[in-house]
Amino acid sequence: MSVPPHNFVYTDGDQHAAEAVQEALAPRFSVVAGRRSRTVRRTWLDTFDWRLYRAGLTLEQVTGHGHGELVLTGAAGERITAAANGTRWPALADDLPDGPLRARLEGLTSVRALLPAARVASTVSEFRLCNADEKTVAWLTVDHMLAAQPATADLPTRLSVTAVRGYQAQADRIAQCLATEPGVTPGALPPLDAVLATAGRAPGEYSGKIDVELDPAMPARMALAAVLLQLLDTLEANVPGTVRDIDTEFLHDLRVAVRRTRTALKLGGDLLPAGLADEYRPGFKWLGDLTTPTRDLDVHLLSFAADAAALTSAGPADLAPFHDYLTRRRALERRRLTRALRSARFTALISGWRSALTGLTPPRHGPTAARAAAAIIRRAHRRVLTLGGAITDDSPAENLHDLRKRCKELRYALEFFASLHDPAAQRQAVRELKALQDVLGTFQDCQVQQQEIRVIAADMMASHDVPATALLAMGDLSAQIGRRERKARSEFAARFADFASRPAQARFRALALGPSA
Amino acid sequence: MKILATCNIKGGVGKTATAVNLSYLAARDGLRVLLADLDPQAAATYLLRVRPRVKGGGKALIQGSREIDAAIKGTDFDNLDLLPADFTFRNLDLLLDATRKPTRRLARLLRPLGGEYDLVFLDCPPGISLLSESVLHAADIVLVPLIPTTLSLRTLDQLTEFIGGFDGQQPKVLAFFSMIDRRKRLHKEIAERLPAERKDVATTAIPALSMIEQMAVQRAPVAAFAPRSAATRAYAGLWAEVKAREPLLNGPGTEG
Repeated sequence: MSVPPHNFVYTDGDQHAAEAVQEALAPRFSVVAGRRSRTVRRTWLDTFDWRLYRAGLTLEQVTGHGHGELVLTGAAGERITAAANGTRWPALADDLPDGPLRARLEGLTSVRALLPAARVASTVSEFRLCNADEKTVAWLTVDHMLAAQPATADLPTRLSVTAVRGYQAQADRIAQCLATEPGVTPGALPPLDAVLATAGRAPGEYSGKIDVELDPAMPARMALAAVLLQLLDTLEANVPGTVRDIDTEFLHDLRVAVRRTRTALKLGGDLLPAGLADEYRPGFKWLGDLTTPTRDLDVHLLSFAADAAALTSAGPADLAPFHDYLTRRRALERRRLTRALRSARFTALISGWRSALTGLTPPRHGPTAARAAAAIIRRAHRRVLTLGGAITDDSPAENLHDLRKRCKELRYALEFFASLHDPAAQRQAVRELKALQDVLGTFQDCQVQQQEIRVIAADMMASHDVPATALLAMGDLSAQIGRRERKARSEFAARFADFASRPAQARFRALALGPSA
Repeated sequence: MKILATCNIKGGVGKTATAVNLSYLAARDGLRVLLADLDPQAAATYLLRVRPRVKGGGKALIQGSREIDAAIKGTDFDNLDLLPADFTFRNLDLLLDATRKPTRRLARLLRPLGGEYDLVFLDCPPGISLLSESVLHAADIVLVPLIPTTLSLRTLDQLTEFIGGFDGQQPKVLAFFSMIDRRKRLHKEIAERLPAERKDVATTAIPALSMIEQMAVQRAPVAAFAPRSAATRAYAGLWAEVKAREPLLNGPGTEG
């Protein structure tokens, strides 16, 4: 495995970096001009939720001198490259040229688009660092970056010393000498981090997950406000991506933030000042409802290729009119959604909600975060057990839909207060609940999709522009979804039994009791 | 990974200059090249400015107690690494003799480098010994520099006959004239006649040029410090003939 280079920042503007290095290393090592200095544009790419960064990967597009290259670097310095002339961002991994780089990215990014996280113009000069035999033992790279995104900034010169194979000891010695040179500071941030830092940002800062650090003893109202504020941040962060339709996950995350907000208002609204939850509930319901049609169509389209490939009595091509219909409908629904997200009503809702939350003060009396969290989770858990326990094989689908909603509420409640729980117990509770949610989710999604196919088929028939083959293929598709739905329904009883088992209930009770605060 | 070797019973015929220059040209083509200097005189090591020392010496390498990988040094040129010589390499014959299947030993030691290099170039000390036999067993192509004399042609025949007696894989042999003095009629005549008569003799001949001798002063391959010289053209011609005989050496992506 290759050893990572020694990195430094050089801040003495009066002297050229290479001259300063020469002074620090003489007489043991000499600095000799190496490859010609060149300026390239570097664009770092990642998904909005930093999937590559979290996986320890860095993806960079380097362009200059009519040449474009994508470089994917792993945590241990291993690199995969691909030609990238004319790739326009944002782009899905599927849009990249076929090859090992794309293959490495596809599974990781999935439906998320790659977008530029930072851009710089980088002027790089390379020098040989030679020993007494005039043998190159290390390379010195002097990199001067001018950032263009996220903010315009002139970054301090970065130096890096990379050992030639077999000369690590000499490179280490060079690094030691350099570290004592005035103006040279060891340990530069990775380039992406350094560029983002100029705008007060850091990689990995966005995540769709709830990540609020709560104190068990803090007033429950302030804990809930902290959760709601983070949800509002998430909601707002996803508006531009939703409006630009960068990828389907922006709308998904926005929608989840709205749903979580509504759940928080429902389960913990009484912790807020009187009337506040009631005032905002209709606004968030409006927003949630607005997102439903586009998201339902996204769900259809995301599974379309796999569904079409699995048809039994029709070919994927037969579904083309259906696909066209879905795409047209989605464009229409998206226009409605975009209009709403740019409306005065939306702006008023968001800004009013933010100022209401930031203006909250602790009540004179009221429960602690730990006590309120325990009560909320206990109640939500009990509701799931009661509703689920009443479901038999003959129960109507609505009962399962209701149960699915209650499960979501319980799941969100667990996530809101995760920082108050023992991490292992929290993970176990979420895992058990998720197993139940998965069957309920499949069951309902299949029902909704079948219902939609029926409505769309009727609509297409009415407009007289549908070939019989398309309708037959849609029937085939619907039958296929129906099989999935029945399978999920048949699995429900066993999954619920697991969730409602005595040991699982005991684990939930222990979690809901909370810490001693 | 392909293995090339320069080999001759006689010394001072331009083996090392050929190994260094062809390794450099292969690396410049984009192949990942390891030049292994097996000659205790360490001439290739000197030409690439590396100190002739291997931790644990030849014993550690041959007995496998130290990975070859750890002894490799990067050169000043992209894609070209060197396994330096060590004075203990004078005992490689004895060390090989102490192993099981000594003639197959080298091939086995080089096998793990397959993922890292496209080409390993073995620079052999002169003579026919257990080491050179081991090199011939490991190599895909053996390059034999010849001084254009009747005697040196005899040694080529001896070598070809020797290889012909190998069980299993036999390396291709490509001889070429080296240190040609165009002023000598005999040199000129043999260097022109032989390639036409024998398929195992390259048409490219390497002349005796002072630029090649300059390598020891510059301590670099001739193509690196005199890219437009006649010497560079001669080595480039020879490298093209090697590639014509082994298509897998035609640049990155050709390795199957």
